[in-house]
Amino acid sequence: MMKNVVEVRDLVVVRGSREVLPGISLDVPAGVTGLLGPSGCGKTTLMRCLVGAQQVRSGTVEVLGEPAGSAPLRTRIGYVTQAASVYDDLTVAENLRFFARVLGVEPAQADEAIASVDLASHRDQVVARLSGGQRSRVSLAVALLGKPDLLVLDEPTVGLDPVLRRDLWELFHRIADAGAAVLVSSHVMDEAERCHRLLLMREGRIIADGSPDEIRERTGATDIEQAFLHLVETQPSGEGDAA
Amino acid sequence: MNARITLAVAGRVLTQVRRDHRTLAMLLVVPCVLISLLWWMFDDLPGGMFDRFGPALLAMFPFIVMFLVTSVTTLRERSSGTLERLLTMPMGKLDFLLGYALAFGLLAAVQAALAVGVSVGLLGLDVNGPVWLLGLVAVVDAVLGTALGLLVSAFATTEFQAVQFMPAFVLPQILLCGLFVPRDAMPGVLEAISNVLPLSYAVDAMQELVGRADQVEVWRSVAVVAGFALAALALGAATLRRRTP
Repeated sequence: MMKNVVEVRDLVVVRGSREVLPGISLDVPAGVTGLLGPSGCGKTTLMRCLVGAQQVRSGTVEVLGEPAGSAPLRTRIGYVTQAASVYDDLTVAENLRFFARVLGVEPAQADEAIASVDLASHRDQVVARLSGGQRSRVSLAVALLGKPDLLVLDEPTVGLDPVLRRDLWELFHRIADAGAAVLVSSHVMDEAERCHRLLLMREGRIIADGSPDEIRERTGATDIEQAFLHLVETQPSGEGDAA
Repeated sequence: MNARITLAVAGRVLTQVRRDHRTLAMLLVVPCVLISLLWWMFDDLPGGMFDRFGPALLAMFPFIVMFLVTSVTTLRERSSGTLERLLTMPMGKLDFLLGYALAFGLLAAVQAALAVGVSVGLLGLDVNGPVWLLGLVAVVDAVLGTALGLLVSAFATTEFQAVQFMPAFVLPQILLCGLFVPRDAMPGVLEAISNVLPLSYAVDAMQELVGRADQVEVWRSVAVVAGFALAALALGAATLRRRTP
């Protein structure tokens, strides 16, 4: 397998007076990687670092061999924030066409992206009139434009019904099979089984890193939720940077 | 800077406005109604009051309206996350700002064409200079409003706050622009303040066109307004950060 898609070393991020990431190191390879941890543990901050939207105090973040946030990366990363970052007063198709023009990809890709999140029948509807789940899929479709090499998805499946969640995970796997790396955050531990690899995160640190099977085996737990609890109880806070 | 992206932003902003029929109607109709109201009010009074106040009003509309519209729309971009998303894409800050300036400049041109058309064609406003120059002043004025709106949106966290910047930034300029009291008749301090406020020059340009129509004077005032607009755009660019805390 190629070099890691993301390499983070000793990353420190301070927001206000709080050290959100107190020196985190991790790698993200190709495939679907789940970033799991409770709300407020620093998942979003870490993801903002990868796309170059976060001010960092120290440490390095390398994405696809370039420093995070550098100009060549701006067409190679798809980023979905927790809130749907699309224009409510435009239709689905208008949103996609606008972002396609910004990225410089051909308009045909806008229709492809709409189809891949299953919104083709809503393409001429104004986003404000869509349901919450549909809006977040519009936001996801924007991230798919330009066939990025890295997709950074911040809780993309929250609040979606089980069928849609399954469909989206299938989509993430199709994208990964085509060669891209997909980093998906979630605070719902039962999504863990759908990932190739997991990063369990707590209080700004990675407390476990490996495939779901490896993590279960190492902790002797039956599921990832149990494994997480086991790790929290056995590892004193501050020594969590397990490899 | 990238023309494709700038045009994409401008096109998108115009589509958003077009979709909002009520806003579009207000942008275009309200100035015409207000200028007609002003004419009607002064109609029976002697002294050519309409010729004195009309041009100032023509200078104010594009400034006030574009200031409000831009500060609210860009605040929305900041709080909805679309700005953050755009800045992780190959979007230059200047592309973003110029896209907005272009879209609202175009809207202002249509607005000015209507308001000037009504004033000159229907209400008999006497313009000694070229009428198109009146329109140009209005457009530069609108760009100034857009640039200032972009700038103040960085200091507001809610749309409610953004709207409050209107009385704070715009009303003093209206009071001191020379409409109520000629600028050289004001107390020295106020005259000095008036001299560094952009709307004063926009009103000067309009009044000059209606009055003596010395084109050199008009262009000088337009240049000052354009300078303020550019400075506000540059400051606005500084408030757009790819990386935020």
